[in-house]
Amino acid sequence: MSGHSLSPQHDSSPSGRAKGWDDHRIEVIVGHLLRVGVVLSATIVFWGACIYISRHAHEPADYKIFRGEPSDFRTIPGIIESVVNGHGRGWIQLGLLFLIATPIARVVFCVVGFALERDRLYIVFTAIVLAVLLYSLLGSGLT
Amino acid sequence: MTVLTFTIAVAIVSFGAGLLGSLTGLGGGVVLVPLLTIFFHVDIRYAIGASLVSVIATSSGAAAAYVREGFSNIRIGMFLEIATTIGALSGAYLAGWIPTAALATIFGVMLLYSAYISRRVRPPELRDLPPDPLATQLRLNGSFPDLGVNRSYNVQHVPAGFSLMFGAGALSGLLGIGSGAVKVLAMDQAMGIPFKVSTTTSNFMIGVTAAASAGVYLSRGYVDPGLSMPVMLGVLAGSLCGSRILVKAETKSLRLVFSLVILVLGLQMLYKGIWGHI
Repeated sequence: MSGHSLSPQHDSSPSGRAKGWDDHRIEVIVGHLLRVGVVLSATIVFWGACIYISRHAHEPADYKIFRGEPSDFRTIPGIIESVVNGHGRGWIQLGLLFLIATPIARVVFCVVGFALERDRLYIVFTAIVLAVLLYSLLGSGLT
Repeated sequence: MTVLTFTIAVAIVSFGAGLLGSLTGLGGGVVLVPLLTIFFHVDIRYAIGASLVSVIATSSGAAAAYVREGFSNIRIGMFLEIATTIGALSGAYLAGWIPTAALATIFGVMLLYSAYISRRVRPPELRDLPPDPLATQLRLNGSFPDLGVNRSYNVQHVPAGFSLMFGAGALSGLLGIGSGAVKVLAMDQAMGIPFKVSTTTSNFMIGVTAAASAGVYLSRGYVDPGLSMPVMLGVLAGSLCGSRILVKAETKSLRLVFSLVILVLGLQMLYKGIWGHI
């Protein structure tokens, strides 16, 4: 690993961008955004785990036969309802939803970043990726 | 096993997988599904769902550290993510149709391939390649700091890399893994991207790719909270610990041990898949 990797001249973007915005700055902000998202979701999952284990610690755990999750744990309204009712597993699923949302937030931020750089081609590319992600979340029956 | 012992045991195993995965750079996700199915007798679909979630956690958790190194190329990443996310979505839908025995067989082949990739001597990096017109048009070429100087690189064979990335995405969506081994193949081998750039960019892409199939898995009921919770927390803690001690550890022998583990698990998955013990 070379030592001075934080070079300020990271110049790979086309000219004509808004002043002060370059790829590296976008990436640094995005990196922090992702870390915050992960910490938040891990905290929610952990909170859910505490509730779940305190109530079900001595029940048998069996995942040998696939049954599929009930709708409480596989649709967004179901998960929210389960959280409102104070179910530990509902909280866990909420944390996992947040986790799935962090990379999506990253892509949204990249659209904004490329827009600030006025890079039309990459606004289009990022929008395609975002459309696929949203289709996966909204088109697959989660809502 | 009760919920308490199961949770603790799965969390410990996941921690180990995350730790070894990040120390060796081979990723922990690839061993999780076989460990859960072989030793904990978890149905492979639940195991894949839990693994997929942990892949997002490690990728996003490590992103800030990778960004600090400043090697990743956000344009290459975003362009190739078009292929990986569409691939991941197709893979996730396919997973609902494929019988579990076939899933286990494909997983076994993937593990053997990962073991091979991890032991192979990496061919010397090609430098100063001529610019490719398509890559130039897509503005994929870039530079990164290498031994104090800014080294620029030209990306090659864009269509081949893009197609391979579709395959990597499909495997990720089908098996719930990061499929770093295929991504490296596409970026290092096909596109001639320097190793440091391709590994960091690949880490960025893994989370987005996994998110594309995670929605499908969640809505189909493959993501079980009781199982995903210890897997996600364990792998995340393990990989964060791994990235802290990375500098001090002797990774060469660790890599050997870990690739042997991958090899053995691969053979077991093949056996289970082919003889239908799944």
